[in-house]
Amino acid sequence: MAKGEPSVATKRPEDKTARARASGDPPAEPEFVQLLTPDGDRVEHPDYAVDFTDEEYRGLYRDLVIVRKLDAEATALQRQGELGIWASLLGQEAAQVGSGRALREQDMAFPTYREHGVLYCRGIDPIMPLGLFRGVDQGGWDPNEFKFNMYTIVIGAQTLHATGYAMGVALDGKVGNGGPDSDSEAVIAYFGDGASAQGDVNEAFVWATVFNAPIVFFCQNNQYAISQPIERQTRVPLYQRAAGFGFPGIRVDGNDVLASYAVTRAALDDARHGQGPSLIEAYTYRMGAHTTSDDPTRYRIASEVDAWQAKDPIKRVRLYLEKQELADDGFFADVDAQAQREAVHLRERVLSMPNPDPAQMFDNVYAHGSPLLDSERAEFAEYVASFEGSAH
Amino acid sequence: MAETLTLGKALNIGLRRAMERDPKVILMGEDIGKLGGVFRITDGLQKDFGDPRVIDTPLAESGIIGTAVGLAIRGYRPVCEIQFDGFVYPAFDQIVSQVAKMHYRSQGKVRLPIVIRIPFGGGIGAVEHHSESPEAYFSHTAGLKVVACANPADAYTMIQQAIESDDPIVFFEPKRRYWEKGEVDTDAPLSDAYPLHASRVIREGQDATVLAYGPMVRTALDAATAAAEDGRSLEVVDLRTLSPLDLGPVFDSVRRTGRCVVVHEAPSNVGLGAEIVARITQECFYSLEAPVLRVTGFNTPYPAARVEEEFLPDLDRVLDAVDRTYGW
Repeated sequence: MAKGEPSVATKRPEDKTARARASGDPPAEPEFVQLLTPDGDRVEHPDYAVDFTDEEYRGLYRDLVIVRKLDAEATALQRQGELGIWASLLGQEAAQVGSGRALREQDMAFPTYREHGVLYCRGIDPIMPLGLFRGVDQGGWDPNEFKFNMYTIVIGAQTLHATGYAMGVALDGKVGNGGPDSDSEAVIAYFGDGASAQGDVNEAFVWATVFNAPIVFFCQNNQYAISQPIERQTRVPLYQRAAGFGFPGIRVDGNDVLASYAVTRAALDDARHGQGPSLIEAYTYRMGAHTTSDDPTRYRIASEVDAWQAKDPIKRVRLYLEKQELADDGFFADVDAQAQREAVHLRERVLSMPNPDPAQMFDNVYAHGSPLLDSERAEFAEYVASFEGSAH
Repeated sequence: MAETLTLGKALNIGLRRAMERDPKVILMGEDIGKLGGVFRITDGLQKDFGDPRVIDTPLAESGIIGTAVGLAIRGYRPVCEIQFDGFVYPAFDQIVSQVAKMHYRSQGKVRLPIVIRIPFGGGIGAVEHHSESPEAYFSHTAGLKVVACANPADAYTMIQQAIESDDPIVFFEPKRRYWEKGEVDTDAPLSDAYPLHASRVIREGQDATVLAYGPMVRTALDAATAAAEDGRSLEVVDLRTLSPLDLGPVFDSVRRTGRCVVVHEAPSNVGLGAEIVARITQECFYSLEAPVLRVTGFNTPYPAARVEEEFLPDLDRVLDAVDRTYGW
């Protein structure tokens, strides 16, 4: 250093996750809100005291099992050529069921393409998004009818939609109206660790905070964006990003359905009461592939998957029910039977989904049609008709 | 009552009328509130309609359009201002992948009545990114409608019609004509106005047809005036709607004149003119005395301000093209 130049000490954050991964050891358990351990023991958290009835414990277990079963059925349907692709939620059931059950009826959800568990908890028929994956439609439904927006494929784009919708909630005067049973509304935006690197997500954070929008950003950190591990997206724990934008961020054990529920319910209620946005990082793991087109053995090691297997979100609830004697074998058999029935029912309806009439592709480009499309539709029909009766 | 207004003021009053008519109409954009927009198109509207309906947004164009999508799903009719043409690209994904496709993928269940206002084109001596003509990108995208106004009377009615539309509309405003004046009847009911998605013959002639939109309409009219002094009668069509195109009046005109020149500021390569020429050729093949010619900006990035007058089509280049149609 030349004489006279000021000395500047720098300290860069350590990349513990990357080092752990390179050493082959699973990353250390991070700090997060947990209410149910992997061994099925209930633990208390000073900020998230929540009481569930026995029926609610059993209900959450039922949701988790059914959601996993339906997901497995969809994966099987893809393997048999009945779906073009499937984005499995395997491993993320607790984050989705916990947050999904935390929504009040009037709340609005903006999903990615993997939120099948949230969709189920909204009381929506699980057949609804399967047209998208079968390729017979593009996953179209009325978001306002179901309080659940259409799946969004472009990573992170829906976080801005959710923020705008939340601004509309505020414009409608539906924020801060009385107590917990008021008609005040909140919005939840789902996204993942990969999306956290997107400009749209960061813009959504800015907009939500400057307009104090009633929104919860629910990030399922499942550790991978297709093949890229979390340390390729961020050098700080994701929930800490919120501080830089000026709203609270919290990390929850995403494999713990109780904690996922409690943290989400609190954040939603803060939002509906005018406290503004929150970021929840649900720390979880994508047990399967990104989609059925992916091969995760190319980019992650078996020991890592095994370590997460031990933290399975369903097993711990079952252990709890058994230890507390809240459920007997008859209950578990009944849940399995219901899951099986719903899966079979789903399969039957997927197989009977008709292919669309090709002429439908010209519909609904514009609200009231278009002369150009009218003429293309007519030309197409004429062209198709020209083959009728021929040997083709 | 007809009054004389600048194009910018006509837009301002049109926005005001739309906001008075429908409380769900909200404006959003950078610097549109207190400042009234860098071109003052929204001047006074925040004062009269309040912060919640005239929103000064963070400086993030994707955020403007992305949040407008959510507001539209909630039942609002957002009118977004993109400050300059060259600043729309950060919002391109939201416009093309979300705004354009949501009605289609929802099988008609979601409507996004969003208007995206973009001051466009050059001729104001600006630095780079402030003089572009990106209309072809949006016209190419199914699900979007694209219009361009050219005079104060159209600016006043077209902005209101766009806001009433159930489809998303990219609304191009000819920024260098913001200060041009014209008669506007602000009492006439909107239902009597000329349809939004219709082109219009604005000067009749017999010898050749000149097509233009936005800022080039004035140039085309000036060319027609100059041509008349030389004894040549040009018919001028203001296209007004770029997607869907309304070429019926154009075909009628070209079948009569047999000659046609398309004028736009955007570069020629794969531009709107190419599509228009293709369709005229298909529909009017046996009426044409010469190929349809284009007069456009060159296929360069928009150049430095001191040479933009050479880049932009002007009266002489239009007349030169008309002359060349006589040389075939």
